[in-house]
Amino acid sequence: MSQTIKTTFQLPIGPIHPALKEPVAFEFEIDGEQIVDVSVALGHVHRAIEWAGQRRNPIQVLYLAERICGICSYCHPMAFALAVERIADIEVPEHAQYLRVIHGEIERMCSHILWAGVAAHEIGFDSVLFLTWELREKLLDLTEYLTGNRVTKGISMIGGVRRDITPDMYPKIQETLQVLKDHFEKLRRIFLEDKTFKMRSKGCGILTKENALKLVAVGPTTRASGVKKDVRLDQSYFAYGDLDFDYVTPDVLTGEVNGDVYDRIIVRLLEVKQSISLIEQCLEKMPPGPIVSEPKMAKLLAKLKKAEGEAIGRMEAPRGEVFHYVKMNANEHVYAWKVRAPTYSNIMPWVPMLKGQQIADIPIVAASTDPCMSCTNRVIVIENNKTLTLGKEELHQRSIQKTRRLQA
Amino acid sequence: MRFSMLPQVFAQMFKKPFTNKFPAKYTPSSTTQFIDDVTTGKTQIIPPVGTPDHFRGKIQYDKEKCIGCKLCLQVCPSDAIEYKEDEKKIRIFLARCTFCSQCNDICPVSCLSMSNEFLLADTDKYSKDLIVE
Repeated sequence: MSQTIKTTFQLPIGPIHPALKEPVAFEFEIDGEQIVDVSVALGHVHRAIEWAGQRRNPIQVLYLAERICGICSYCHPMAFALAVERIADIEVPEHAQYLRVIHGEIERMCSHILWAGVAAHEIGFDSVLFLTWELREKLLDLTEYLTGNRVTKGISMIGGVRRDITPDMYPKIQETLQVLKDHFEKLRRIFLEDKTFKMRSKGCGILTKENALKLVAVGPTTRASGVKKDVRLDQSYFAYGDLDFDYVTPDVLTGEVNGDVYDRIIVRLLEVKQSISLIEQCLEKMPPGPIVSEPKMAKLLAKLKKAEGEAIGRMEAPRGEVFHYVKMNANEHVYAWKVRAPTYSNIMPWVPMLKGQQIADIPIVAASTDPCMSCTNRVIVIENNKTLTLGKEELHQRSIQKTRRLQA
Repeated sequence: MRFSMLPQVFAQMFKKPFTNKFPAKYTPSSTTQFIDDVTTGKTQIIPPVGTPDHFRGKIQYDKEKCIGCKLCLQVCPSDAIEYKEDEKKIRIFLARCTFCSQCNDICPVSCLSMSNEFLLADTDKYSKDLIVE
């Protein structure tokens, strides 16, 4: 007589799609549908970007940094530029500081609105995906108008920015902001009051304030848990010191902090509103002046060749704090360059978030920190020596089925 | 609220699609035939969405103005520019170009500029269209 023994089984997810910027492998311990334990392994795709950067001069590295991430294609080169400016002692003109804020905030809105669409897609609400991406299209048009490109903007320069925003460009910016403002109420209603969203996001993927502090979460992930952390306010850079804004935590709207997926939606939506107000303040307060401290590129190159020292550049990217360490030793090339992207800090908080959740919740919980979502591209379930592969499609189907079940 | 997206979805049904059907409304049964028809003028392609001002497209190179100072080689992030020692002029490989226009900024005699041309797909990365000299 054989006796059946109830046991947990392992569910490995990843290592993932090669197109990912932050590839990651999960090992879940599953009891039925419940997640008992998670372990996360990093470092599966190494692109040697830092190595390549050490064979280039700082101006060339700007364009390399731009290609670290497609969504954060502005904050990476800017964080690098901040570090280099500190080493070479370059002062950025005030007008350029405001321009830098405007571009940064446009990128933040693009990223948050894109994220909102992805989050809706993860729970099987695809009509919202198209609504949000329609808005993002307007922002991309504005980005193209201001910088010349839609995604890799090529706007950053050491000592300033490369393109000016003149008063005759204001109407187009204001028009786009007005479209966003008009749609904001609609977005708020759909994301915060819709039954489907509430069911799937409330009480799901909870990160307590204690855990957020302990695991050093950054950006909207940590602010949704009630931690007041924002590099724009903590260490004022660019023109953020002159602007009027405050930490966005979910209690601003609801009066309580739960640290769940719903709170992360609130934080990101409110940050879109905050970004609109920041851009408007910039357009109002921006003083005239040069856009770059040294317009002659050859002179700038010569100056950077003589620069010596080390510095860090910190900046609030849409997903959290981005950190660049640069060392130069009076050589043509950068001596050392280290990048820490915000998703790296937001990996560990996944562990407490995912514990006790269901398999169908993995997509939305993992997506709630705004990582690269290709982690769910390939899942292998090994059960009783039988291998069964759960693709992204099947995981997505499971997620949709859960929504249906809850609605029934 | 149960069906907050429903009014939006109905409104969307009667809107004109946003997508520009470039280069043809439907996939032609034969692509080569379609290209032939376009070149002989039998059919017309639906034009792409226009580019904004100061768009960074294919590089234009004014060879006469170039003084061969090699400054553009120093800033090109992808090493797309080659220096021709004998002529003291440059050659740009667009297959490597990232279209950042940094070489335009540093050029002391402004012999480089960006055009609006962006349809640069080719099967050969060393084809004549992708090398500017």
